[in-house]
Amino acid sequence: MTTRTDALPTQEMTINMGPQHPSTHGVLRVILTTDGEVVTRAVPDVGYLHRALEKIGERVTYAQYMPFTDRLDYLAAMNCNCAWAWTVEKLAKIEVPERAEYLRVIVCELNRISSHLIAFGSYTADMGAFTPFLYAIRERERVNDLFEMLCGNRLTYNYARVGGVSCDAPPGFLEKTKEFLDYFEPKLDEYNNLISYNKIFVHRLANVAVIPAEEAVAYGLTGPNLRGSGVPFDLRKDEPYSVYPKFDFKVCVGTGERGTLGDCFDRYMVRINEMRESIKIVRQAVARIPDGPVRAKVPRLFKPPVGEVYFRSECPRGETGIYLISDGTVNPFRLKIRTGSFVTMSIFEKVTRGLMIADVVAVIGSFDIILPEIDR
Amino acid sequence: MEAQAILDTLKGKFGDAVVELQSEGFSPAFVVVASAAVNAIARFLRDDPALSFDSLMCLSGVDYKEKFAVAYHLHSLKHRHAIGLKAMLPRENPSLPTVDDVWPAANFHEREAFDLFGIGFEGSKDLRRILLPEDWEGHPLRKDYKYPDFYHGIKV
Amino acid sequence: MEALALSLVHAVPLLAGVPLWTVTLLLMVVVAAVILVFALTFEGVGSLVLRKVAGDIQARIGPNRVGPNGILQFLADGVKLVLKEDIIPANADRLLFKLAPYFVFVGSFAAFVVVPFGVGLIAADLNIGIYYVMAVTSLVVIGVLLAGWASNNKWALLGGMRAAAQIVSYEIPVGMALLPAVLIAGSLSLQDIVRSQGGLLGIFGWNLFHNPFTFFSFFLYFTAAQAETNQTPFDLPEAESELVSGYNVEYSGIRFGLFFLAEFGDMFIVAALATACFLGGWNVPFFHVGTLPWIWGNLLSLGVFLTKAFAMVLIMMWVRWTLPRLRVDQLMRMSWKYLVPLTFVNLFGVSLWLLVFRGKGIPGMIASLFG
Repeated sequence: MTTRTDALPTQEMTINMGPQHPSTHGVLRVILTTDGEVVTRAVPDVGYLHRALEKIGERVTYAQYMPFTDRLDYLAAMNCNCAWAWTVEKLAKIEVPERAEYLRVIVCELNRISSHLIAFGSYTADMGAFTPFLYAIRERERVNDLFEMLCGNRLTYNYARVGGVSCDAPPGFLEKTKEFLDYFEPKLDEYNNLISYNKIFVHRLANVAVIPAEEAVAYGLTGPNLRGSGVPFDLRKDEPYSVYPKFDFKVCVGTGERGTLGDCFDRYMVRINEMRESIKIVRQAVARIPDGPVRAKVPRLFKPPVGEVYFRSECPRGETGIYLISDGTVNPFRLKIRTGSFVTMSIFEKVTRGLMIADVVAVIGSFDIILPEIDR
Repeated sequence: MEAQAILDTLKGKFGDAVVELQSEGFSPAFVVVASAAVNAIARFLRDDPALSFDSLMCLSGVDYKEKFAVAYHLHSLKHRHAIGLKAMLPRENPSLPTVDDVWPAANFHEREAFDLFGIGFEGSKDLRRILLPEDWEGHPLRKDYKYPDFYHGIKV
Repeated sequence: MEALALSLVHAVPLLAGVPLWTVTLLLMVVVAAVILVFALTFEGVGSLVLRKVAGDIQARIGPNRVGPNGILQFLADGVKLVLKEDIIPANADRLLFKLAPYFVFVGSFAAFVVVPFGVGLIAADLNIGIYYVMAVTSLVVIGVLLAGWASNNKWALLGGMRAAAQIVSYEIPVGMALLPAVLIAGSLSLQDIVRSQGGLLGIFGWNLFHNPFTFFSFFLYFTAAQAETNQTPFDLPEAESELVSGYNVEYSGIRFGLFFLAEFGDMFIVAALATACFLGGWNVPFFHVGTLPWIWGNLLSLGVFLTKAFAMVLIMMWVRWTLPRLRVDQLMRMSWKYLVPLTFVNLFGVSLWLLVFRGKGIPGMIASLFG
């Protein structure tokens, strides 16, 4: 398509930001139509990682489905495990012991910290500063060490069970968690000094891809993406589940501090601030965790009552909502998983119009998408 | 607002298009509506000040062996209430009006329902397969789906 | 070179029968070979140091398998690159594709000829030294453009265009920022510039401390030089996380090796120019190196020069691993709206200063107060 008819005729270029690309956070394909460096259209093409998780759900039992939820968002696997457990427990009205709920909150928040660390690290690496990525990985390794102590795995934990968690915290786990929090909290200030307010970094992120609040709600954005646009909605506070009502923490909202409200910088700062709040929550949980059993008695071939339930929980990348239909048999009848990243991609085409190619990378990073969540 | 109250409001406005309320064992409760009225009802649910369901949480296709259904989960940020909307569809040529002009978030969900179930959404601004390749045959999440043996000459 | 050839013929009776031009030519080849070996060694070791420095800054170790502490890593990399399959993309412009790395390498290597390594160690003391360096390093632009175009790859093309725009834009501040040193020395020859910073003022004889404008000029030069050599924060042409290595994405094996080496060569040239023009070059403080016997004088001045140049290279690497990357429009804006006007103002300021104070710098004026 020729664009100008005066002295120099020009043409738009169609570039493929292919499934293999260092900064698309997975196998995402974006078909860019650009006029030089300015993007006129960016169409995302997802589906490279589709593994039919919803169809598999109809074949396996409720307990057998737990490892599949690990692979839903492997950077926040604990959150996905617990989301599945909470959904089934809501459907079957199972009482979960309090110690198990505290352990779930501890691991979910620790996983939120490690997931946001990767979001922070890979975002700065996309922007060209390679060093913070390695610092983030170093901290994440310590969280992985904690999880390894707890359940034996470093990435796909399979920790939650319908009715509780699989194993109790070994002796020393809570002390080591506290040690990690004491070590990690000052690091956030160090990272803010190093990179967050660096002039070049701010210039790359500020005023890029501004999403006003009404648009964010209409397009279904959730989690840090929604809060970055100024909407103070956090499922842990507004529709609390598990033992979250017992904890005192703030909802982090974007403030437009370095640009317009709802730009990439706001979404980035929301994640940094959320790490601080997660540290608070874990500290309180570790201090107050009661003793007791960690697993409710659930029959081996578990048959929940007939019904349909929709449960949503706050995962690091947005809300993970599971719509579960049960027909009284050991396998779910229909299982639909609505993930934050999937819906966030729907605004991608609109928001990238008129940006430069380098900004497309900034937008993908600020949405913090992960492809297994999108493709399931 | 309670589910029954929402049902009454809808029945008052749309009469026969609202079929029934499914509440026992359903969380949130579902208001079952006629498929042709889905767009109008959705717009009303979003715009009415007492309801103001401005957020579409989830849109799923369901295969209830004898018929299809599209289930909408709606939430209101203003009033902090939630409701479900369901439209039942026949197994042959399931199709209903789109809601992506009411909630733009619906577009990706509708594409997924079309991709995996074959449910058509009339008036959709962009209805094409999203998760599966463009030339895939069949709709996998249907209960009577037969796995193909070959895809482009590769044994599946 | 002629003088050296003449003295060689007189010194070695064997060469009495050989015509002078042959000896001169042979001498030139030997000198070029020495410089090439130095350049390649520096470039190899430089890549290793880069990775070690990166590891240090990033809280990790860096290469440590090949040789003690990873010292021989660059040799392993070199051997690996040479042994790789030579892949030329289908539909690529074969001639241009093969030609591009040579342009880039020559553009970088030819500048080594005028680098003043020591009191008598310069391959060719051209009396248009700086002018020659500016001209020759512009060859790199052609090479990069050729690489981007000939790869038949849209990402490479984008990278090549960005690189060309960037290098061309930043050549102006680089040249303008070097001119104050030329004005102070009154000559374009690099040896003259270095000699003008020598003398009894020691460190304060450096052009860096001559007057506030040259002080400022040094930092402008350093920033523009970071952009000339495609280092972060100006590494858009090879943005690893956006363009997947930009203009050299389709290159493999030794062709890629040439691009890679040329980058380090460029870094050294830029650091060498900074040292020569602003940091006193091979001058030892409070000492006239010419008074020493030939071999010791050269060794000492060589050591001093290399220390200063390597320090500059290390600082460039340090900045590279700390700062994020500028976007292409921000980069262009920085050059044209900020650096170019600033360097012009700077040049004007230095000229005015030299006119008013008759060529004396601040340390010189302070020293003359004390007699």
